[in-house]
Amino acid sequence: MLSVPCPWCGPRDETEFRYGGQAHVAYPDDPATLSDAEWAEYLFMHDNPKGWFAERWFHTAGCRRWFDVVRHTVTYAFEAPR
Amino acid sequence: MSQPFRRVDGGRVDRGRTVTFQFDGTAYEAHPGDTLSSALLANGVRIVARGPYTGRPRGVYGIAAEEPNAFVQVDSGPGEPMVRATTLEVYDGLVARSLAGKGELRAEPDDSRYDKTWAHCDVLVVGAGPAGLAAAHAAAVTGARVILADERPSPGGDLLGGRAHLDGRPAMDWVADTHARLAALPEVRVLTRTTVTGFYDGNFLVAVQRRTEHLGLAAPAHVARQRLWHIRAGRVVLATGAHERPILFPDNDRPGIMLAAAAAGYAWRYGVLPGRRAVVAGAHDGALWAAVELVDAGVELAAVLDVRSLPEGQVHRALRDRGVVVSAGHGVVGTDADASGVLSAVWIARTDGEARRIPCDLLATSGGWNPAVHLYSQAGGRPVWSLDHAAFVPGDPVPSVWCVGAAAGTFDLADALAEGGEAGWQAAAATGEEPLPPATDSVSGTGAPAACWLTGPVDERADSVFVDLQRDATLRDVRRAVGAGMVSSEHVKRFTTAGTAADQGRTTGVTTVGILAGLLGLPVGAVGTTTYRPPYTPISFGLLAGRDRGRLLDPERRTPMHERHEAAGAVFEDVGQWKRPWYYPRPGEDLHRAVERECRAARESVAMMDVSTLGKIELRGPDVGEFLDRVYTNRFSTLRVGQCRYGVMCLADGMLFDDGVTARIAPDHYHLTTTTGNAAKVLDWLEEWLQTEWPSLRVSATSVTDQWAAVALVGPGSREVLSRLAPALDVSAAAFPFLTVRDATVAGIPARVFRISFTGELSYEINVPAWYGLALWDAVAAAGVTPYGTETMHVLRAEKGFIVAGQDTDGTVTPHDAGLGWAVSTAKHFIGQRSLTRTDTARADRKRLVGLLPADPLVVLAEGAQLVVDADAPTPVPMLGHVTSSYHSAALGRSFALALVAGGLTHRGETFYAVDSGRAHPVVVTDPVFYDAEGARRDG
Repeated sequence: MLSVPCPWCGPRDETEFRYGGQAHVAYPDDPATLSDAEWAEYLFMHDNPKGWFAERWFHTAGCRRWFDVVRHTVTYAFEAPR
Repeated sequence: MSQPFRRVDGGRVDRGRTVTFQFDGTAYEAHPGDTLSSALLANGVRIVARGPYTGRPRGVYGIAAEEPNAFVQVDSGPGEPMVRATTLEVYDGLVARSLAGKGELRAEPDDSRYDKTWAHCDVLVVGAGPAGLAAAHAAAVTGARVILADERPSPGGDLLGGRAHLDGRPAMDWVADTHARLAALPEVRVLTRTTVTGFYDGNFLVAVQRRTEHLGLAAPAHVARQRLWHIRAGRVVLATGAHERPILFPDNDRPGIMLAAAAAGYAWRYGVLPGRRAVVAGAHDGALWAAVELVDAGVELAAVLDVRSLPEGQVHRALRDRGVVVSAGHGVVGTDADASGVLSAVWIARTDGEARRIPCDLLATSGGWNPAVHLYSQAGGRPVWSLDHAAFVPGDPVPSVWCVGAAAGTFDLADALAEGGEAGWQAAAATGEEPLPPATDSVSGTGAPAACWLTGPVDERADSVFVDLQRDATLRDVRRAVGAGMVSSEHVKRFTTAGTAADQGRTTGVTTVGILAGLLGLPVGAVGTTTYRPPYTPISFGLLAGRDRGRLLDPERRTPMHERHEAAGAVFEDVGQWKRPWYYPRPGEDLHRAVERECRAARESVAMMDVSTLGKIELRGPDVGEFLDRVYTNRFSTLRVGQCRYGVMCLADGMLFDDGVTARIAPDHYHLTTTTGNAAKVLDWLEEWLQTEWPSLRVSATSVTDQWAAVALVGPGSREVLSRLAPALDVSAAAFPFLTVRDATVAGIPARVFRISFTGELSYEINVPAWYGLALWDAVAAAGVTPYGTETMHVLRAEKGFIVAGQDTDGTVTPHDAGLGWAVSTAKHFIGQRSLTRTDTARADRKRLVGLLPADPLVVLAEGAQLVVDADAPTPVPMLGHVTSSYHSAALGRSFALALVAGGLTHRGETFYAVDSGRAHPVVVTDPVFYDAEGARRDG
C-alpha cells in the first residue's frame, strides 16, 4: 500500500487515489493536423521506465485534485511533492 | 496416570488449574498455558497427523510457527480447519482431531466478530524476544510512538522458560520489567498474540491479533475474535527470530523425531518431556546446548551426535559434566518404528562406518538456524547465503528497516541485545546517550555450524527421505526435478510441491535449496531461496472480510421512493450500488406478464418510473458551453436557456463512453445527466480535463445525483396527468415542446420538469429536491399512473433502438458504430474526434448497431449470443458479431434484439444465426428502430 504524497492533504493511503499514468503528456494543440501515427503516439505510446517516473494521481476520495509526482518504479519511493 | 510426560515442575503452565480437552475422540487433561502440541506430548500422544499421500504417521515436530505436521481440525467453538497445534492455546472444552492433509470448512456460517483497525507509529518492532524488547525499549524511551508485536501470548521469545540470566537475575525478570516499562509509556502499544503477516509498500504492515481464541468457549461474544491491524510505520525493526532446520535421513518423518531446540523448549517452557530416552543429532553448537537442556530436564541421553569433528569446547565440557560424550563425525543413517509407526530406535554411524542401533523414543535433530527473513524479503530485501552462518541472512539493507537478533543471524544473546538496542535507538532517530543493554554471561562458541542437509544412505532410500513432511515430498522428487532439467528453486518447488503447504516449508525450505545446490554442483547462494510472499502465516477469510459481509459487503443506495417500491411488491435489480425496481408483479404475474402490462401502460395510457438514480452533474461558470463543446461530440454552447439536448461523450480513442441529456438552466448553468452506472466516472472525466488540460476554462462541476429525485411520467396520457399535477404550467405542445425544460410547481412541490423521452413516448421527467421524492411519487401514483421497472424501460428503449452505454457498447464502439453519427459535429473540435478518422475507426466492416428479428417470434435470444452466417460451418466459425440487447416486445407482439454486426446495416434483410448453448436461431437483420420510426408519438 503506497503512501501517496498529496500536495494538498499530505500522505494518504493509495486506495484513496486513482492512478493517472504518465505525466506531461500534453493534449496536442491541434489533433486534426496530426498524422495517424502521431496521434497514435499521443494516444497509446507512453513511457515505462525502470527508475524515476513522472506520473499523475487523482485524489478521488480526498480533495479531488489532480497532481504530479515523481516515483521510482523499482523502489516505489516518491520524490518530495512539487 | 494423567499427563504421564509432564515434568514434576518447571514450565510456564498454570499447574494449579486443569483443563479438559478432546483429541481424536479421547479426553485428556492439560494446564492453562499449554498449547495443544505441548498438551498432547504431556499425555504421550505421539501421532498427531498422517501424510496426505503416504498415510504415514506423523508427530509434533516443532514448537511454533514452523510446525509442518501438527495441523488439526478444531470442532469446538466456531470451528476451524488446519489450525497449528503448536500455537493453539488449549482451553477447557477444546475438541480437535488429526488430519491427513486438508481440513474441512464448516458449512454453517461463523458468527464470530472479526474487526479491522488502523494505526500509525514511528517505530514498529516485530518480535518481542530479547532483541525486539531491547529495540522497543531503546526507541520508546526517546518518546517515539512504538508498536511492539509478538505472536506469542507473552513477550520473551527464546528467553521464555529458558535459564539465561541478565544483569545477574533470571532473564524473564528482565523481560517482565521491560514489558512493564513499555506498557507504562503512553505512546507505546504492546500487542501480544499478534502475528505480523505482511510487509507491503511504504512500510505498511498487516498483523493478525488473536484476541479471544485462547479463552475458548468462555470468549465474550462482544469482543472481536481476531483483529486485523493495518500499521503504517515510519521505521521497522525486524526481530523475528529464526527457524530451526533439521538434518534429513531415511525415515526422517516418524513420530518421535523432533527439532532439537523445540524438544528442549517443550521441557523448559511447558514442563513436558518430549521423550524419555533421546538421541540428539546436530551440525552446530545449538544442537549440543539443546542436549544439555534435555538432560537437565530429566531426559536420558542415549547418544549425542555431531556431524562435525571439533576440538573440545565449553558445550562439550558441559555435557561431559553430565556424563555425556559427544560422538563427533556421526550422523543418523536410519530409524526404526514400533507397530504403530512411532520411533523406537535410531541407527547412527560415522561416515562410511558401521551403523549402530540405539533404542530411544526421541530423536532431536538440528541442522542449524534459518533467520526468519520473510518480512525483510517482503520489504524488498534479498537474503544472501552466509558461509559463516551456514544460512541465508539479510543482505543489503532496506531503507528504514533494521534486522536484529537471530533474524539477522546474530544468535549470541549479548550481541542480539546490543544490536536490538542500537537499532531501536537509530529507528527512533534519537540522539544523545543510548541506553546500555543488560549484561549477560554469554556462552562461548565452539565452532562454526556446518551446512549439513543429509546423512545416511539417502541415495538408496531417496523415497523415504522427506523434504516436505506436510506434502509428503521426498528427496526422490527433488532428484526427478533435477533429472527433468530444472535448475531453479522456484521450478523445483512447483514440481515437487515441497514448500507449498500451509507451513510454507519453514523447516525444510532452505534444506531443499541446499540439496538442490548439491545435485546441481552449485554453491547454495547461487541457487537462492524461493520468494517469500505474504502472508507469513495463514489468515482466515473471515478476518479479511471483517464486518464487510452480508449486507455490509457493499453500500446499498436507495432512492427516496424506495419504501413505496417495496410496498408495491417490486422485485429489485442491482444497478451498480443502486437498488432499482426491476418490475412490479401483481398477484399471479411473472416477469413476462408484469412487463407486458407495464409496457402497455406506457405505450397506451400512462406509466411512471423512478429515475432518481440517473447520474446528475451541475456545471456552472461562464465557459461551460465551450467546455461541453469539447467533451461532447455535438454542440452545447448554442443551446438556449430552457432547452435540452442529447449528447454523446467519447474517450480520446474515439470510443463511446457515455451519453445523456443536458439542459441549459441559465447562461452559465447546465444540468448534465449520465448513465446510472457511469456517474462517478463522468465526473472524474470532466474534472480531469478541467484540471489538467484546460484549467483556464472557468467551470466547476458538482455531483447532484443524490440531491434530485426524479420521476419519469410516460405515455400518451402523461400530458393530461402533468397538467392536473401542475395546473400553473402550460403543458401544451407549443408552450412546452420536446427537448425543453421548465421550472414548475408539481403537486405543490418546486420542480424542474424536462420534456425528454427514453421510451419514444410523450414523456416528462419531473425532478424535485430529494427530500420531496416520496411526496412526488405518491402524488403521481395517486393520479392512477402505473409504475414500471427497469425491465420495461429496457424493452421500451430497445424498441426505439436507444442504446445503453456499457450494454450495447463495450469500449470498442464509436458513435458512428452505434448509429449516432447524427450527433457527431464536424464543425468543432471534441475529445476523440481525431480518432474517428483513424484508418481503423474508418473501416467499413466495423461492428455496427443493427436490429434483429428472430425467425421464431417466440425465441428471445440470449444477450451475448454470437452471430454467424453458416451455422453448420466447420470450426473455427467466423463470428460476425453478437447480440447486445434482447427482449420480448408487447408492442410488436414478438421477440426482437439489438446487435453489433460487422458491416452493420449493409446486411439489412440477410439471415444470420444467433448461436447460444449449441442451438442456432435464424435471425433477420433489420433497422434498429422497431417502433414509431418517425418519432410522432414522442413529439406529440
